[in-house]
Amino acid sequence: MAVVLSITLLITEHTNSKLGGIRTTISIFVDPLKYLVSLPITIVEQISDSASTYSALKAENEILKEDQLIHQTRLLKFEALEKENIRLRALLENSFKLGEQVLVAELLSVNMAPYEHILVVNKGTRFGVHPQQPVLDANGVVGQVFRALPFTSEIMLITDPNHAIPVQVNRNGLLTIAVGSGQLNRLILPFLPSNADIRPGDLLITSGLGGTFPQGYPVAVVDEFTAQPNKAFATITATPKALLDRNRELMIVWSKSVPVPLIAKPAGIEEGGLDAIK
Amino acid sequence: MPLNNYIGFFRILLTLIFAMCLRIVPLSSELAVLNPDWVLIVLIYWSLYIPERVGIFNAWTFGLLTDVLLGRMLGQYALAYSLIIYICLKFHKRLRQFPLLQQGLFIFFCLLLSQLLLFFIKNLQHPAQLHASFWLPVFTGTLSWPLVYGLLSFVSMFRRIK
Repeated sequence: MAVVLSITLLITEHTNSKLGGIRTTISIFVDPLKYLVSLPITIVEQISDSASTYSALKAENEILKEDQLIHQTRLLKFEALEKENIRLRALLENSFKLGEQVLVAELLSVNMAPYEHILVVNKGTRFGVHPQQPVLDANGVVGQVFRALPFTSEIMLITDPNHAIPVQVNRNGLLTIAVGSGQLNRLILPFLPSNADIRPGDLLITSGLGGTFPQGYPVAVVDEFTAQPNKAFATITATPKALLDRNRELMIVWSKSVPVPLIAKPAGIEEGGLDAIK
Repeated sequence: MPLNNYIGFFRILLTLIFAMCLRIVPLSSELAVLNPDWVLIVLIYWSLYIPERVGIFNAWTFGLLTDVLLGRMLGQYALAYSLIIYICLKFHKRLRQFPLLQQGLFIFFCLLLSQLLLFFIKNLQHPAQLHASFWLPVFTGTLSWPLVYGLLSFVSMFRRIK
């Protein structure tokens, strides 16, 4: 009887995966365990936080303030550049995706499956998290939301062997796909020919193709390029930019899928004029 | 005695919850590979020594909870646990008389069977390439049996569960 039940469950989930409701209900009972397990580490962290001295805090505060100043001056320029970019794209009659909302989620110290690179964070559907949302940290792309439960959600890292992310070489715009290798510090680019224009040190950014990841976030740096004359594709490996095994705070991103409406065409340039420019 | 019944029930529940916590405890990646299936080992213990309490349905329920806990396909742990607990219940009278070493051998085969089932289901989903260390929890689980046995017999001796 139990065997029949579980086999039915397995088959239904495999064929049409509409068991989200059951999983959600059960997860309400199980998720507290995840919080419970990661509680000791949280407590240790809080104690070490409260035990840090005044001078250390002050030093940290000063460093942060300096950082803030530098970032703000950079942002000043960024805003002007962004506006310029939108204007240029309007000239090219291209739509421009803009505006992303971010939710900071904290990692739960939980170890679910040793062979898969899946993290658990403390924000779930109650905060509006939904599957396939991109997840970032301060340095680059971390992964995507794999399954959202009411109180927690599971995040698949870009290095998971089942994960692939569409990327672009920042230097020349070469498009390809980066596949996870199963090692935390390595991505593989299996689909580039031996004569591709790619060098160690090249930055890979998200290309925005596929629709899951917004365009332009850093993903990885190419660290090895080996041309293989006897094979169709070269072996290329890259190191993720994000600190996949070290950070505790992650950002879940909502990218607005509706493109920002184009700015009215600047006066003076008519249709004919635009065509002439092209 | 109904009160004693409740206490016994809570004791079993607590040990199982503890086992589930151990299952997801954060470890470094080398150690995480070794982390055995605590829930199954605890379930086997209770099904051998209090077979009237821990039945196939309980095993199935805890299997389902484990499925959700570990983010697996619903039903795979449920299937493995209920099958193994069925075997345990079938042979519990004989197994209780066995010395620890022979019991360990039985546990080894139980854990191996569960891991085989999980492997089989994984393979059905998509042909998986698995590391040899996939089988390590079977060995560590067998080695941890005396420990679990000692701890849980202490727990059940503490006040006799009827």
